[in-house]
Amino acid sequence: MPERRRLSVTAIADLAIVRFIDRKIVDSTNIEEMGEEMLGLVEKDRFKDVILNFDGVEFLSSAALNKLIIMDKAVKNVGGKLQLCSFKAEIMEVFTITRLNKVFDIKKTESDALKALGVTI
Amino acid sequence: MPDSPWDWNLQRTIPSSLDAGHQLIECYLKILDQFGWEGGDLFHVQLAVEEAIVNAITHGNQQSPDKTVEIEFKVSRNETIMRIRDEGPGFCPDSLPDPTSEELLDVPHGRGVMLIRQTMTSVEFNAAGNQVTMVKRRAFE
Repeated sequence: MPERRRLSVTAIADLAIVRFIDRKIVDSTNIEEMGEEMLGLVEKDRFKDVILNFDGVEFLSSAALNKLIIMDKAVKNVGGKLQLCSFKAEIMEVFTITRLNKVFDIKKTESDALKALGVTI
Repeated sequence: MPDSPWDWNLQRTIPSSLDAGHQLIECYLKILDQFGWEGGDLFHVQLAVEEAIVNAITHGNQQSPDKTVEIEFKVSRNETIMRIRDEGPGFCPDSLPDPTSEELLDVPHGRGVMLIRQTMTSVEFNAAGNQVTMVKRRAFE
């Protein structure tokens, strides 16, 4: 498995369940790394479906939102599904204000996301 | 002379460096925390100040080592003011496209100013468009 600095990844067949190392996703270098590591999941590691679990993430900037949009497109390009889950209330508000809740498939919990993908553990 | 309504204030000129900007933001957030700011109000302030300072450094000053960013913070228990000024040519905030419109919804840029406007009590740009003044009043005391 490749070394990752910004993400922690659990693989279940062609599904990647991703957690973020940083509690605050703001530093531009870290955001670039995060974006590259996310894209690597579909472009290098050939995962098809991806769950991004935001448990523990306290803050993210619009620069991080941009990387999520790019990731969503990359997953859709390979015919996969991207699910976001476990937002704290303030982060959910950011997605509502920006209307990105219309772009992303957002679930309350990781189990809801797994269920939506038809995965049982 | 009445006493200042502010419990804390800070004026700094920083280089066009995101590290310098983030260090100052962390300091500001600690002060807000000390004065009882929390939850959604604190999150909104963090969001707005992050977007404004990153915009000033990257878009305004183009991260030029020859340019600086002037920052002023004022804090009380119920209100905070942030003023950020860069040395760039400025921009017209009213001419920015709406990033929530259907055709721009999945475009990966252009949300910073909208987030600032949505989360602050008031936002004012100077005529040149290179200075923003943001006010946040706490939703509850």
